Amino acid sequence: MSLPSEPVLAPAAEPADAVRPAEGRGPWRTALRRLRRNRSAMVSLAVLLAVAALTLLAPAYAGWLGIDPFRSNLAGTWVIDGQSVPVMEPSTTGLGLGVTPIGPTWDLGGYFLGADNQGRDVAARLLYGGRNSLVIAGSATVLCLILATLVGLVAGYMGGIVDTVLSRILDVLWAFPVYLLAISLSIVLLTSAFTIGPVTITAGSLLLPIGIIGVIYVPYVARPIRAQVLTLRQSEFVLAAIGLGLPTRRILRKDVLPNLLPTIIVFVPILLALAITTESALSYLSIGVQPPDASWGTIIQDGQTLLYSRPWVALAPGLAIVATVLALNVLGDAVRDALDARGHGR
Amino acid sequence: MLATVVARLVQMAFVMFGISVLVFLIFFATPGSDPAARIAGRNASPETVEQIRHDFGFDRPLPVQYVVMMKRLFVTRDLTSFVNRGQKVIPEVLDAIPATLSLVGGAAVLWVLGSLAVGVAAAALRDTAVDRGLMILSLIGISAPVFWLGEVANLLSQSRYHDTWLFSWVPGLGYVPLSESVSGWFKALVIPWITLAVLYIGIYGRVLRANLIEAYSEDYIRTARAKGLSPTRIMLRHALRTSLLPFITMFGLDFGALVGGAALLTEVVFGINGIGRLTFHALQNLDLPVILATVIYASFFVVAANALVDVLYAVIDPRVRA
Repeated sequence: MSLPSEPVLAPAAEPADAVRPAEGRGPWRTALRRLRRNRSAMVSLAVLLAVAALTLLAPAYAGWLGIDPFRSNLAGTWVIDGQSVPVMEPSTTGLGLGVTPIGPTWDLGGYFLGADNQGRDVAARLLYGGRNSLVIAGSATVLCLILATLVGLVAGYMGGIVDTVLSRILDVLWAFPVYLLAISLSIVLLTSAFTIGPVTITAGSLLLPIGIIGVIYVPYVARPIRAQVLTLRQSEFVLAAIGLGLPTRRILRKDVLPNLLPTIIVFVPILLALAITTESALSYLSIGVQPPDASWGTIIQDGQTLLYSRPWVALAPGLAIVATVLALNVLGDAVRDALDARGHGR
Repeated sequence: MLATVVARLVQMAFVMFGISVLVFLIFFATPGSDPAARIAGRNASPETVEQIRHDFGFDRPLPVQYVVMMKRLFVTRDLTSFVNRGQKVIPEVLDAIPATLSLVGGAAVLWVLGSLAVGVAAAALRDTAVDRGLMILSLIGISAPVFWLGEVANLLSQSRYHDTWLFSWVPGLGYVPLSESVSGWFKALVIPWITLAVLYIGIYGRVLRANLIEAYSEDYIRTARAKGLSPTRIMLRHALRTSLLPFITMFGLDFGALVGGAALLTEVVFGINGIGRLTFHALQNLDLPVILATVIYASFFVVAANALVDVLYAVIDPRVRA
């Protein structure tokens, strides 16, 4: 987090005495100090950085293995303990029909977590999939925060008819169950490529899940921001700025936005966690990330047919999701406590 | 009181209208694609597409199309699937309701009882190892994707430990109607109930703990202490009662959302043929009329459930009535 060099007004959500900087520190530095002292928050941060670093290493790992985790390898063989075994082992029970993919070798040199039903290396796909999951979650969070802040600022500051219209639209979106909205959007957008002006978005593009997830959570963030802007609009320093005849854009940028920052920051880990879970659910329902691309959700789906024979295909991405989302939730609690802003939404 | 109820009902009607318009725009007015072709599904003949274009009025202005859609959904209820030729969609949706209600209802009982236990225990034993342990468990429950949790449950109860005393009673995946066999219904649903409830026990337990701890700093608790009431009585009769109020709103929202489709993932994993699984199969086949019907019916249910909760709230909490 970059610290603003000029003094920033105290976050409005905090009670006056809690904000008073200890030993002349600014509120930002106080919050950062509180966060640093929180041991579970620091552990969570380390976990998140480790997950991000590992997923960034995906191409390097695949390159080192010398295999393409996106090409099926049904006829390939692999050497375990000096013996050559087929990646897709023929069934030895029953009628001898069907094949079972190779199980976990627990050897980082290849098929660490086994293969999926196309003979692809699950460990390498897990890293690539994680990269997609994190990229989608991160971009969707940024998109959602930008949209929500814009909507909240405009509705709260302009008031009147603009506020009424925007608030009613938010009401409708809010009442619309998240998954149903996501399903409606996905089914329409994923079936065919479509064009908006000069941009053509293909059906398998990652931009689609990013856009869908980014949009569906806008009301959760925009409503509390709008409420805060409404109170800020009536605060003395904003009234004074208006009285001085300062341009609206300057007031919004210099007076209103800095006071919204704590709320926005509190939403970052919460939204990231929500976005990762939503992305995995959509991909599991095959309306998120499209093959041959992978994400943690698609790998869980790949593993479903192998659940009883090769459970690690589905278990590993789930554990990755649990670890990441858990770290985000712990960090989210810590950030909220550090900024002492009340949690809005869920 | 009456004014509150009327105002809420008017708002409900407005939101329902808004949602129907939004769904209509998403399905029929997205730029760059032909809605008739989409409704017809894959590999439809040009004649079918032309027929649909005429039936839905896609060759007429948008407001007319909207009215036609609403009429077919709610008045004539003759929306038919084109993937499963001639299958009427609305009765199919209505038939799926009991399974979804069974799943969500049972899970709701579990999660209310579970979160009460977790919240009260954590608040009463605040800052002890028990409190910290419960809160960590809650967070893990919140963080685990429900469909993955369901797969783990299946792996344990259907495969790995199915032959031990622990899970030998677990029937194969699927739903057994209550009218067919009460014990079969119960056995088939126990594990789905638990799986679905875990997330909500986590969320509600944490919220309840926070509310209780806030309540304990209030004056009336100090008064109760000064009167010499027992800690149990203070917790259950004084602190818990006020802390439960926000619960009702949350419960209404979540119950509505689950019946309305959020239970989809649980239904898919456990093969329970409710509304969610219907939607899921329609997604696989790109069966648009079914999705249209489930989305509209489910979101209307959610909106109605929320309105009902708000009205109930006004009955329970005199401050809201004003």
